[in-house]
Amino acid sequence: MVQFTLPKNSRIKVGKTWPKPSGATNVREFQIYRWNPDDGQNPRVDTYFVDMDTCGPMMLDVLIKIKNEIDPTLTFRRSCREGICGSCAMNIGGTNTLACIYGHDEVKGVVKVYPLPHMPVVKDLIPDLTHFYAQHASIMPWLETKTNRPAKEWKQSIEDRKKLDGLYECVMCASCSTSCPSYWWNGDKYLGPAALLHAYRWIIDSRDEATGERLDELEDPFKLYRCHTIMNCAKTCPKGLNPAKAIGAIKQMMVERQV
Amino acid sequence: MQRYLTDRKRAVGLGSGRAGTEHHWKMMVSSMAIVVAAPVFFILFALGYQLPYAEATAYFGHPAVAITLAVTMVIIIRHVMNEAIEAAEDYVHGTAGQLTIVGITWASYLLMIVGLFALARMAI
Repeated sequence: MVQFTLPKNSRIKVGKTWPKPSGATNVREFQIYRWNPDDGQNPRVDTYFVDMDTCGPMMLDVLIKIKNEIDPTLTFRRSCREGICGSCAMNIGGTNTLACIYGHDEVKGVVKVYPLPHMPVVKDLIPDLTHFYAQHASIMPWLETKTNRPAKEWKQSIEDRKKLDGLYECVMCASCSTSCPSYWWNGDKYLGPAALLHAYRWIIDSRDEATGERLDELEDPFKLYRCHTIMNCAKTCPKGLNPAKAIGAIKQMMVERQV
Repeated sequence: MQRYLTDRKRAVGLGSGRAGTEHHWKMMVSSMAIVVAAPVFFILFALGYQLPYAEATAYFGHPAVAITLAVTMVIIIRHVMNEAIEAAEDYVHGTAGQLTIVGITWASYLLMIVGLFALARMAI
């Protein structure tokens, strides 16, 4: 059921305001969501001031600087710092994106940082992606073959390989799925844009021999057809991909095999 | 007990319903029909709206007008009903959702029957 208000224990309160760095002239304000499951307190938003003259250009640089120099308890995921691992996905200035490839100058005024929306929070900026990963696993993200020939390399034409462009680049950061209202309300059953983009990546692969089975598994009022082409997924994708287009292509294949 | 389910089992749930495409296709077809039907409906309705009672009754009772309005009304109400049911499925779950869907269906068919009855009274 759709909820219009947060439960009492999830209401966000005003948190601590950390002191401004002394002697700094180029200071910027960052408001960051904090929640610790161990202290029994409600979530809060802490305010940090960062000396931008000694900080890198990306939001991940800001977060690392805060963690290193101001508040070591700030918790977030990060790894590759170049938009390949998808670990540092979060909501920055109202947009789901990767902190490592999102410049802090892309947000005007106070920069507000929250975890990915509508997901259970593990701590601070870390969402619980267990269900999201399980949904990805459920679409069988691998080549499924029936024949055992050729024994080694399965060739693919240049044209068929091109069909995977715009699909294989997805890093499973969950920015798209967590920006999708359909996924917010029906994330238990709707697969969401990320899983469906990956599903299409394997459906359209010329080497895969399980196209029919894959479409069978997706043909469901909730798994696939909860996509209402809202397009938040395409707008927010930090890699510039278009999951809505992939979902549209799956729907088209579904219609083609029935009509 | 729910916590003992594996993540994969929770994600797969009861599996695929093997349905949805027919509904999707029908909605596309009725959408395309409405692109033509909606302007026709409003134009026909507007032409008879300002007429005196006797002329309006004769106008809406004309077989061509009455049949066109009836078909258009059925297409539009059915389409809106199916969209509303989908919205209810999105936002209202459980028993409340089922009751909402029943209510939407009931109200839609009531609206359809009332409209058809009114047109029939003028036409026959």
